[in-house]
Amino acid sequence: MKKYFSSTILRAPYILWSALFIIIPLIIMAYFALTDANGTFCLANFSHLSRYKKAFMLSIIYALISTVITLLIAYPLAYFMTKCKPGAQRMLMILMMLPMWTNFLIRTYSWITILSNTGIINTLLTKLGIGPFQLINRPGTVILGMVYDFLPYMILPIYNVMSKIDFSLTEAAEDLGANRMRVITKVIFPLSLPGVVSGITMVFVPSVSTFYISQKLGGNKTMLIGDMIEYLFNLGPDYYNVASAISMVLMAIILVSMFIMNRFTDEESEGVVL
Amino acid sequence: MKILSKLYMALIILFLYAPIAVMIFFSFNSGSSVWVFEGFSFDWYAELVFNGEMLDAFKHTLIIAILSALISTILGTAAAVGIDMLKSKFAKSLVMSVTNIPMMNADIVTGVSLMLLFIFFGKLLGLAESLGFMTVLIAHITFNLPYVILSVMPKLKQTDPALSQAAMDLGCTPLKSFFKVVLPSISSGVFTGFIMAFTLSLDDFVISYFTCGHYQTLPIVIYNMTKKTVTPDTYALSTLIFISVFTLLILYNVTLSRSEKKRGMA
Amino acid sequence: MKKIFQISIVFILILSLFSLCSCGYEYFDLELDADYTNNLQGTVLNVYNWGEYISDGSEGTIDVNKEFEKITGIKVNYSTFESNETMYSQLRTAGVSYDLIIPSDYMIDRMISEEMLLPIDVNRISNYKNVDEAYKNLYFDPENKYSVPYNVGMVGIIYNTKMVDEIPDSWSVFWDSKYKNQTLMFSNPRDAFMTAQFLSGVSVNSTNKADWDKAADLLKSQKSNLQSYVMDEVYGKMETGEAAIAPYYSGDYLTMYDVNPDLAFVYPKEGTNIFVDSVCIPKCCQNYEAAMLYINFLLEPEIALANAEYIGYASPNTAVINNTDYCYYGNEILYPKEENMPKTEYYRNLSDDIRYYYENLWIDVKLY
Repeated sequence: MKKYFSSTILRAPYILWSALFIIIPLIIMAYFALTDANGTFCLANFSHLSRYKKAFMLSIIYALISTVITLLIAYPLAYFMTKCKPGAQRMLMILMMLPMWTNFLIRTYSWITILSNTGIINTLLTKLGIGPFQLINRPGTVILGMVYDFLPYMILPIYNVMSKIDFSLTEAAEDLGANRMRVITKVIFPLSLPGVVSGITMVFVPSVSTFYISQKLGGNKTMLIGDMIEYLFNLGPDYYNVASAISMVLMAIILVSMFIMNRFTDEESEGVVL
Repeated sequence: MKILSKLYMALIILFLYAPIAVMIFFSFNSGSSVWVFEGFSFDWYAELVFNGEMLDAFKHTLIIAILSALISTILGTAAAVGIDMLKSKFAKSLVMSVTNIPMMNADIVTGVSLMLLFIFFGKLLGLAESLGFMTVLIAHITFNLPYVILSVMPKLKQTDPALSQAAMDLGCTPLKSFFKVVLPSISSGVFTGFIMAFTLSLDDFVISYFTCGHYQTLPIVIYNMTKKTVTPDTYALSTLIFISVFTLLILYNVTLSRSEKKRGMA
Repeated sequence: MKKIFQISIVFILILSLFSLCSCGYEYFDLELDADYTNNLQGTVLNVYNWGEYISDGSEGTIDVNKEFEKITGIKVNYSTFESNETMYSQLRTAGVSYDLIIPSDYMIDRMISEEMLLPIDVNRISNYKNVDEAYKNLYFDPENKYSVPYNVGMVGIIYNTKMVDEIPDSWSVFWDSKYKNQTLMFSNPRDAFMTAQFLSGVSVNSTNKADWDKAADLLKSQKSNLQSYVMDEVYGKMETGEAAIAPYYSGDYLTMYDVNPDLAFVYPKEGTNIFVDSVCIPKCCQNYEAAMLYINFLLEPEIALANAEYIGYASPNTAVINNTDYCYYGNEILYPKEENMPKTEYYRNLSDDIRYYYENLWIDVKLY
């Protein structure tokens, strides 16, 4: 009895906290999404969402593309890293993580200096007699920004999983006559899948909801879901209802993508998302 | 193959560090632009001490990061131990699901929903100002908690519950057995959680953006600056932060490999 | 384990060191007209102003807020906004409270009608005598009950003479495919719609939704030509020659010209928007007396001069306009002579219906 009592006291503050600051905020948001400005129940906020269809589509497409690109970049990188000496591995890990300690707004902003019409690349190209090219304020630049900002989120989980793979398995496969390609597809990749899956969610979620990158690197010429939510909330209380509805849909998109990704791993995880 | 893989890693590092190199380079600009380099000078580092707004923001960031990391570490460690002791599988998985929400959800949704809550409470209590120091602190603790819990949990799993039972059988109070037996065995997890919370809080922009009110943190001030003109003193401050983190990590790595070598020889 | 802990403590200490440095601004010897004795020492005044809209002590100028703090002992908590609408929503949400704000004409009109402002007794502001008669009794505040003029400006076209051959004296230049990827546009709806409305010859205060639709279509057709939508980012882009043509506020042009003398400015022949930004005290004000002191301080000849020279907008303060040492004394762009005055129109406060309509049209333009 006494023991039961003490463990309740340990978790009670946290449970109270998460009810107050995780559950209730979401309920309030749902309430805004399902009511009009006068507080009467309606679904109009959701039926108005067709106006923002393009923002949703663009966000999802951009996020998918940048997730695929980060995966293609990070996977071989993580593999090569595991082949290095342990000391070098640790050094490389530090190098991969260090950029995250510099504010991402500044890192993103720096790309303007590199890519703009009068920027570093174009100045060099002009000196060589080629260009200038328009490198900035394009959809591609927005994707570059996403890949850049979120690449470490893909590298870390894949590397973590890969570094724990028992490489005697691959040797065994090779001894049994498997060629290199087969070893990678049949042994290494399946074993590294949990890392890949968590990498994908860790990149997809911030990409699909970002609201800074498109403003700075995309010339502010389009609006992604994140930009839309920011714009509407900044317009004031009149727009809270529709902005909450958009946030709810964004949450739904994230939940669905998590659900899909979780199907790829049969890792026994505690507490799936909802 | 080996050269190719080295080249590949070098390219990625170049990609990751190009903007940071630009940042460091332009922090030494004698002109006031971060786009056109006019000449080399340390002026902006000196100018930094005059920029009260930025130093204030930096102080705010540190206060929030330290406080939120401390509180979430205490709250989260207690919670992890408490949750681990839960008998019901269902209750456990329910609590963990809720814990996962702020970690899995988009930052912007977390930020916006917290803002709605604070404004709602502010109106309810008739406050003139519902956003400020307290709200940004609460928000940071909220998004830090899951990281603390998830770094403590695995350590708890590795500890033998029989140990604390034994301690109590030998006459320890539950509290004493917690501090003497459980805590030492999970301390590395607690520490990781603290560092993670500190880092996340230091770097957070989106959630602070919606909840900070007048209590502006460094990322918020930087954001406002990128909406106007960024002056090299911002880059100077970031360069200083970058260099101190870099030095510390290198030092840490060196001491770590040295102690490893020692152990190897012994 | 212990080592990691020690290292992180050292790290936190190093970081704290940065924040401990105190500031070394050198105060000026100001000659002030008004009396600033007060018993509000230690209280805080929350000022909410446009970005880049006050002399801040950089490059040897007067730091208005610091001087005010020194003279009155009141701490100024200064924050900035980038559009009237952002400012308005911040006040409406009551997430933050402000004691003093500087909105534009039409927004003042709206806030008065929504009873969001406190009256200001100008008889208690000794320096109010400095305000030019031309800027008293304006449409949004006919009895000068709620606002004290701070700055006056008009929108014009800024262009880089090295990149543009002719004088772009028409809004149509933003639709000219010759300047593809070289033009910028306002990223706030009211100003962006204004350019299209003047081009098609309708009022910027039209109550006819079809007019707004037409303007939105024009903005959509312009989009492929644009380099980007900007607000204050315009500074960097025009100063470095990243973009060739941009619409912006007259005063900001002069600031950019100081950096890049290739820049020139013209008022478009179709006409343009004129605006007055005035100091107001919102209902949520917690420190009314300090706000009154601050308003008086802003009207001080020396302070107003420092602001006018720093910000570069036209001043409504006679002590500045008539001062021959004022660096923009008689400047043709800020103070055009009668015969060179472009056709202008103030923004008016529009009905909720129209406002909601154009704010949504703007989303359509952005998503086009």
